[in-house]
Amino acid sequence: MNEQNAYQSLAETTDHDDPRWAFGTGIVEEAGAEITSPVPDGVDPADLAAYCLMLGDDALVYSHRLSEWVSNAPELEEEVALANTALDLLGQARVLLARAGHLTGGDEDSLAYRRTDAEFRNVALAELSDGLDFARCVGRMLIFSSWRLALLHRLLGSADPVIAAVAGKGVKELTYHRDYAARWTLRLGDGTDESHVRMQAALDALWPYVGELFRTSDEERRLVGAGVAVDPAQTREEVDAVLDQVLAQATLTRPDKPSIGTIGGRSGRQGVHTEHLGHALAEMQSLARQHPDTQW
Amino acid sequence: MDDMEARFDATIAADQRIEPRDWMPEAYRRTLIRQIAQHAHSEIIGMQPEGNWILRAPTLRRKAILLAKVQDEAGHGMYLYAAAETLGVDREELTEKLIESKQKYSSIFNYPTLSYADIGVIGWLVDGAAICNQVPLCRCSYGPYARAMIRICKEESFHQRQGYELLLAMVNGTDAQREMVQESVNRWWWPSLMMFGPPDDDSPNSAQSMKWGIKRHTNDELRQRFVDMSVPQAQALGVTFPDPALAWNPERQSYDYGEPDWDEFKAVIAGSGPANAQRVAHRRAAHENGAWVREAAQAYADKQKARVAA
Amino acid sequence: MSDGFTAEGGHGAVPTAGVETGEGKPKRRSWPLYEVFVRGKRGLNHVHVGSLHAADDEMALHNARDVYTRRNEGVSIWVVKADDIRASSPDEKDAFFDPAGDKVYRHPTFYAIPEDVPHL
Repeated sequence: MNEQNAYQSLAETTDHDDPRWAFGTGIVEEAGAEITSPVPDGVDPADLAAYCLMLGDDALVYSHRLSEWVSNAPELEEEVALANTALDLLGQARVLLARAGHLTGGDEDSLAYRRTDAEFRNVALAELSDGLDFARCVGRMLIFSSWRLALLHRLLGSADPVIAAVAGKGVKELTYHRDYAARWTLRLGDGTDESHVRMQAALDALWPYVGELFRTSDEERRLVGAGVAVDPAQTREEVDAVLDQVLAQATLTRPDKPSIGTIGGRSGRQGVHTEHLGHALAEMQSLARQHPDTQW
Repeated sequence: MDDMEARFDATIAADQRIEPRDWMPEAYRRTLIRQIAQHAHSEIIGMQPEGNWILRAPTLRRKAILLAKVQDEAGHGMYLYAAAETLGVDREELTEKLIESKQKYSSIFNYPTLSYADIGVIGWLVDGAAICNQVPLCRCSYGPYARAMIRICKEESFHQRQGYELLLAMVNGTDAQREMVQESVNRWWWPSLMMFGPPDDDSPNSAQSMKWGIKRHTNDELRQRFVDMSVPQAQALGVTFPDPALAWNPERQSYDYGEPDWDEFKAVIAGSGPANAQRVAHRRAAHENGAWVREAAQAYADKQKARVAA
Repeated sequence: MSDGFTAEGGHGAVPTAGVETGEGKPKRRSWPLYEVFVRGKRGLNHVHVGSLHAADDEMALHNARDVYTRRNEGVSIWVVKADDIRASSPDEKDAFFDPAGDKVYRHPTFYAIPEDVPHL
């Protein structure tokens, strides 16, 4: 290598998607579908935008929580794996938010950084903090990725080309995340006495947030008919089967915990969140809100 | 013994690589362990100051870039620990030395990141200085280290570009952003110069390292190269460096520059920099909080092995 | 003024003396070391790309994909426990190697290393 090369490269044009990134950045252009594609026939653009926000916010907020692990993971190999997962989800979120932005007159950043808590549409499971407990991290990833994979599988044929493209890429990613989480569930569940106790406790704490994943919102119900969305209730059997299989093999007990309650029937999909989301967004949006009218 | 030493010397003299199984002088081996291990520690500790802004990155694109960059640093640390391990030490042991402060890491990471401009300036100046330091190591006499460095340098050059690109966007933004960039440059310039270490022209250690092909240039040579490259880049950004002595010297065809505060450098290396205690405590907490996880994985692997054997 | 720092310590000057080096004996047991070989595309051999630590073979494969290929599909990966690799030595006359100790990646610990010896 010529010793000057590294510096000479500075004079070149800066290309955002340079393949020299070791691990990639999950940049939007990989999505393979035009953000500006026409809205499918018979679909209310507001419903489609809301649905993109649901799927996008799940990915964005969970990715944000996963990135709390940076420099805190139990081993360097896990640093890389967790960051990969966070990047995958961030990539999915960016496409979905860009699609929603196109439909509502905004963009990915205005949606990520300018909405209030109540305008976020993610499920509660995405917004919890792991509190740097690796068992919580593994348990949440197992539940979340099993569920999202089941959703994305069914969205491969979505009438919306952007959602279908996100599903196409996302299925591979989520398969990987689920595999990672399942393997770690086995190691922690069937590892040491301590890890077994911790893993079981994590599942017990997470289980009340599972029920919400299968609740169908009004927007989803309308979009199912148009072939755009999937009814999450239909994924329950598949997700249960995966979780039962993994937990049994990991010598863990499926928790018998009731779901957290809704407020007048409303929860994350309707913008009613846990107390955790506000803090995550306060941090995420702080700098962008301090400098509202500029580029970075 | 003389025979082996002669073969070692001949390999070095021919600019060939020493490989893990080759005989090598004990002092060569130990010098390499120190250098590679502390280089690895620098990558891992270096995740913290930049990681400090991942959760607050101002756009999703910046968030993805920063996350990918910090992830690269974990990868760089892994490559380097692996190179050190070919010399008969264990990564776990090196991590223990780090969190017990028995080994050091680059002084630069003991400074805090206080604004988002710091992310750009770290890419531009800190990674830029690191590239000056690291590119010669691609020809280091020790094979595993040289190979790790080739991979790292390729990735590092892109890290620097993303930093510079962020700063370009910021200086073309608002007054507040331009001020943020200048303020950040003011804080990072001198620590960046210190990254090259004190002058070492008369150092017996440096002379020995050069003879061994572990070191290719003096600290001052590398620093001068960095200054000469950075000044036009600063001009292109419209920022200044906080050094009144900085001036073009037509006779030397190089920039003259002032003397960094070596007392500050030594204090930071010795442990009293602005963020030393925080950085080491953070790394220690991550390592210790992960112990039960690593043990569980090991126990599970042992059980599986026993089950297969049964 | 100082002979204790080398700029070519990578990311910045680090001390070259007065720093412990280690003896290959960590206090805690660490995951075993694996060597990683990747076939970048069809028609090429697998080549050694680096190493990593993993508790078992599955984890090693998983981590190798994450670290060395960024999950690039169509890439074939081999992981081999470093302890299981046997190799010939380029310098068999080497007195420090046990005649049977032909594991190229065994990370030999044949010297006890005195610490804090300056100027070595």
